[in-house]
Amino acid sequence: MTISMRATVRTAAVLSGLALALSACGGGGTDDASGSELSGSVKIDGSSTVAPLTTVASELFTEENGRVQIPVGTSGTGGGFEKFCAGETDISNASRPIKDEEKAACAAKGVKYSEFTVANDALSVVVSKENTWATCLTVEQLKKIWEPGSKVNNWKQIDASFPDEPLKLFGPGTDSGTFDYFTAEINGEEGASRSDFQPSEDDNVIVQGVSGSKGGLGYFGFSYYEENADKLKVLQIDGGAGCVAPSVAAAQDGTYKPLARPLFIYPSAEALKRPEALAFVEYYVGNHAKIAEAAKFVPLNATQETALKQALDALKTQAG
Amino acid sequence: MTTAPARHRTENPSLAGRFRPLEPLFKGMLLASLALAVLFLVVLLSYVVTEGWDRLDPRLWENFPSKLYPERAGAQSAIVGTIYVIALTGAFCVPIGVMTAIYLEEYADGSRWWNRMIELNIQNLAGVPSIVYGILGLGVIARGLDLGRTLLTASLTLSLLVLPVVIIAAREAIRAVPGSIRQASLALGATPWQTIARQVLPAAVPGIATGVILALSRAIGEAAPLLLLGAVTHITFNPSGITDSYTVLPIQIFNWTKQPEAEFHTLASAAIVILLFILLAMNSVAIWVRNRYQKRW
Repeated sequence: MTISMRATVRTAAVLSGLALALSACGGGGTDDASGSELSGSVKIDGSSTVAPLTTVASELFTEENGRVQIPVGTSGTGGGFEKFCAGETDISNASRPIKDEEKAACAAKGVKYSEFTVANDALSVVVSKENTWATCLTVEQLKKIWEPGSKVNNWKQIDASFPDEPLKLFGPGTDSGTFDYFTAEINGEEGASRSDFQPSEDDNVIVQGVSGSKGGLGYFGFSYYEENADKLKVLQIDGGAGCVAPSVAAAQDGTYKPLARPLFIYPSAEALKRPEALAFVEYYVGNHAKIAEAAKFVPLNATQETALKQALDALKTQAG
Repeated sequence: MTTAPARHRTENPSLAGRFRPLEPLFKGMLLASLALAVLFLVVLLSYVVTEGWDRLDPRLWENFPSKLYPERAGAQSAIVGTIYVIALTGAFCVPIGVMTAIYLEEYADGSRWWNRMIELNIQNLAGVPSIVYGILGLGVIARGLDLGRTLLTASLTLSLLVLPVVIIAAREAIRAVPGSIRQASLALGATPWQTIARQVLPAAVPGIATGVILALSRAIGEAAPLLLLGAVTHITFNPSGITDSYTVLPIQIFNWTKQPEAEFHTLASAAIVILLFILLAMNSVAIWVRNRYQKRW
């Protein structure tokens, strides 16, 4: 009896040991296809909107520098800055400029950084394919729909020529940078929006919602429209100078107003002292157009490009 | 030990012959509840399998995530990360949980108020939402102990999260060992420690194993606390040590479902199948351990 029970304990011990041993054989094999000298890791976190861009940059960069590890997190712009200013990450992705209180947090920890505009996004206002009446909305009309306390719930309230069709609103959740930007540009105050719309942190839910309801209307980043162009109709926006549809060209030359927005990365000066981080940021800056296109964003225009190169030079000088 | 009673069915002759009109109705309701639960599982499984079918191939575990090439993307870093996190969580929470249970069952004096308070607290802790543990892990483990956003932090936090479940299950298992076994052992001159180590614990292994697997099954599906603890969404290397960055399957799935490209949605379904597979594998081990070590008194 005692012997069999001892055997029991021993087998149990072996089992748990096996579980540990199994877990240990996963790591180790980082394949290194390239002959690059660089190694180490560059930690990035921040906006989930900018993440695809930085992810593409990280992938392209590691194709040539196999030993550099570049994990990209998506804690949101605010969450990213919190980690960045605590010195926990090297680069922060942001879909809006850094706020004053975040600047203060960075200053308190001695984190020096610089703002790089790396691409543009065109926030797209979309309706269902079944919507045959609307092709263009003015900023005033959008404001009438989305402002806090708005009672608009039928398309005919937006414009007398529109049919009697209930309006169903979909939009990003209040934590997203897209929501912040849209409310700031359309309603004039960041975060000010009517609250009786269907919010979702997942833009695919907005795609589903709008494509499934005849009177639906929603907004999100350009790439979600591009991927779902067969299911959705995009509206032109009249920002005072005529109707303009969101497109790469319109976002680049500034005619898609006011919903074209810049996307940022914030590298820290401290990180640029490390060769692998410097190489990555230089790669990002040098290939920004290729990266933006691959991630389905709008590349920078000539002015923005010059500004980006200058920002890099300035930060390099600061890093020493 | 000669006449072990049948365990699975109580053949009570006094109940067998009677007929009561509510009896079939009640039985029908029970069967319907069971059918509903099974139906949901079947629907869920067939849905994810059909959705993810196109990507349920070696690419999924041989490749790393890729935004550029959806057709090449895989979840190796997430699969390995999940196995690491779960193994480490088990390594932390099993010894601590079992030792706590032994103390509470075998040594603690239940009439003392502090012991009762510890018990009450453990039961309450089992119901605390996981995101609260995430905040705790971030504040105390990642920042307070300065362990950063690493595998170690994630495993320690998940260990805290599932520790109450392990303790409660282990206590139940230890309590189920008949007192006569302990008394016999003590009467033969064994010390309390010898009694526990050689008689009580081996007999409680099936119950403890079941509890541990249930606890780890909860941990494996957790995404909320790990989002706070820095599980990243794009990582193209496996962790090579406990202080590395990592991701886990729930986070990878969550990230893929949010992508605009439809390929990633297929990939997410395929990854769900992998997650379910790991879960089922763990459960099978639990069932095997239970059957292998079950004792009858």
